[in-house]
Amino acid sequence: MIRSKSFSSRLFDIVNNVVMFLLAFSCLYPLWYAFCLSISDKSAANSGIVTFYPVGFSLASYKEIMGDIKFFNSFWISIQRTVLGTVITLLVLIMMAYPLAKSKLEFKPRNIIMWIILFCMVFNGGQIPWYITVKNYGLIDSIWGLVLSGSLPVFNLILMMNFFRSLPKDLEEAAVVDGAGPWRILFGIVVPCSVPVLATIVLFTGVYHWNEFFQGLVLTTGDAHYPLQTYIKQMVVNIQTTNLTKDQIMQMDKLSNKSLDAAKIFIAMIPMLVVYPFLQRYFVSGIMLGAVKE
Amino acid sequence: MKKRINVQFHYGLMVAPGLVWLLLFSIIPMVGIVMAFQDYNPGRGYWGSEWVGLENFEYLFSMSDARQVMINTLIIAVSKMVLNLIIPLAFALLLNEVRLVRYKKLIQTIVYLPHFLSWVILASIVLSIFGYRGVVNTIGGWFGAEGRIWMNSASFFRPLVIWSDVWKEFGYNAVIFLAALTGINPNLYEAAAIDGAGRWKSIWHITLPGLISTVVLLGVLGLGSVLNAGFDQIFNLYNPMVYSTGDILDTWVYRMGLWDLQFSLATTAGLLKSVVSFVLIVSSYIMAYKFADYRVF
Repeated sequence: MIRSKSFSSRLFDIVNNVVMFLLAFSCLYPLWYAFCLSISDKSAANSGIVTFYPVGFSLASYKEIMGDIKFFNSFWISIQRTVLGTVITLLVLIMMAYPLAKSKLEFKPRNIIMWIILFCMVFNGGQIPWYITVKNYGLIDSIWGLVLSGSLPVFNLILMMNFFRSLPKDLEEAAVVDGAGPWRILFGIVVPCSVPVLATIVLFTGVYHWNEFFQGLVLTTGDAHYPLQTYIKQMVVNIQTTNLTKDQIMQMDKLSNKSLDAAKIFIAMIPMLVVYPFLQRYFVSGIMLGAVKE
Repeated sequence: MKKRINVQFHYGLMVAPGLVWLLLFSIIPMVGIVMAFQDYNPGRGYWGSEWVGLENFEYLFSMSDARQVMINTLIIAVSKMVLNLIIPLAFALLLNEVRLVRYKKLIQTIVYLPHFLSWVILASIVLSIFGYRGVVNTIGGWFGAEGRIWMNSASFFRPLVIWSDVWKEFGYNAVIFLAALTGINPNLYEAAAIDGAGRWKSIWHITLPGLISTVVLLGVLGLGSVLNAGFDQIFNLYNPMVYSTGDILDTWVYRMGLWDLQFSLATTAGLLKSVVSFVLIVSSYIMAYKFADYRVF
């Protein structure tokens, strides 16, 4: 590409690079700040002198967490939820997407089912009817409430359908000639050919279940059942909730333990940071799969 | 012939679990909409509660809270919609001008990160940054500024919500623009350079027109979320001091339904939201289909 090397062009490059740096910095800073607080001395963290680097290095917060059963219990609930939710969603979606990727001639009720699914995607009963229904099923404080009560992820279903449809038809036809039934074709041929899209959906679903907040908030009633996100919400007591004077707020500040809170937040981020490189690889392709039709 | 029917049967079996899931958690809850037309009593259930016609709707429209909540929702949601289109677009254009390939990749890798963290976690960090003993007051103190209780300020809350959302999502939202950018024919730039077009002219006459259809499509598809101002974010950031500017439909319905147990009224407000969103989503899809030939499936 031919580009002029004029002064204004160079100046633009410099300014642009600085702007990009600042944006990237703004995305990393909150994480870095939480990390700094977590390894800082308790009194330093509470007094607000921690800004860009840890002050008074101390691992006391992490040691304290090691003995915190409630935190690990919530962590474990979130892991269970993420694993169960991802496996079940993936299986259901694979089985559902395959016949729906067929034409109306090959699977007769296809269009009716598609319309039902789309209707459920664009219309819902609202928070309260949903809550009352799930409560009537007896799914309050149950891991299954967290795993199942979100609606079917239609976007991921369509993603998978589009991918299945793009596979060459000859593969299946050859298998039919060899006498393979629909289940053999699906799990023996279609699924092994669809690893990229399945990986994308596993990651999307896993991130969704790990981060999901509303259901955890509404469907669990005690800290023995809280998933991690709800636990953190309960923990970070927003001390500005009432009309307190500055003196009162400063009093409450002294009682809190910002370093410990930050350490918990940081540990809660670790699973996301670990899978981040994989997310990077697959989610761009996932978005594009969703955006490009036919 | 027998074989064909057999295949149909197995296809049906495959679809069944998904349909049951949809039935249990999407369709059956819709029955609960009847609460909007009742004075719902949990002890009596849907069929034993007293029917009140449109009374809930009338009461809702007479509440002064309702109007404020609607205004807050619209302002926050529309600002987010517009800025979540413009800022990622500007970012994608600027990133596209970065010449050092490695630097570009690095920036791109970093800016996606906030998208994958939950609002609970990010809000906790935001609260601590803007807390009375937070970074903002500390740095302000270096320049002699008096410490403020930021999260109690009603006028500060809306901008905070809107811009923190833009900050969280701009990297992710830019992905689609960056992909569209790679689809622009590089010969166009060369031809423009030979014709003496500078950088700005190239951006203005080649890059932007190349992205316009994507912008329009995303804008139209975004219409459906006009009433989604972001429950997770606001619920984790707000407090009663900022209800006047920060309380939105979803948080209001949540408190009315699950804290005050006014099931019927909360259902009514939720139903209004669902109906408006439904109409908007359907029209946006029809528009996207007509103008951009976009199809959901």
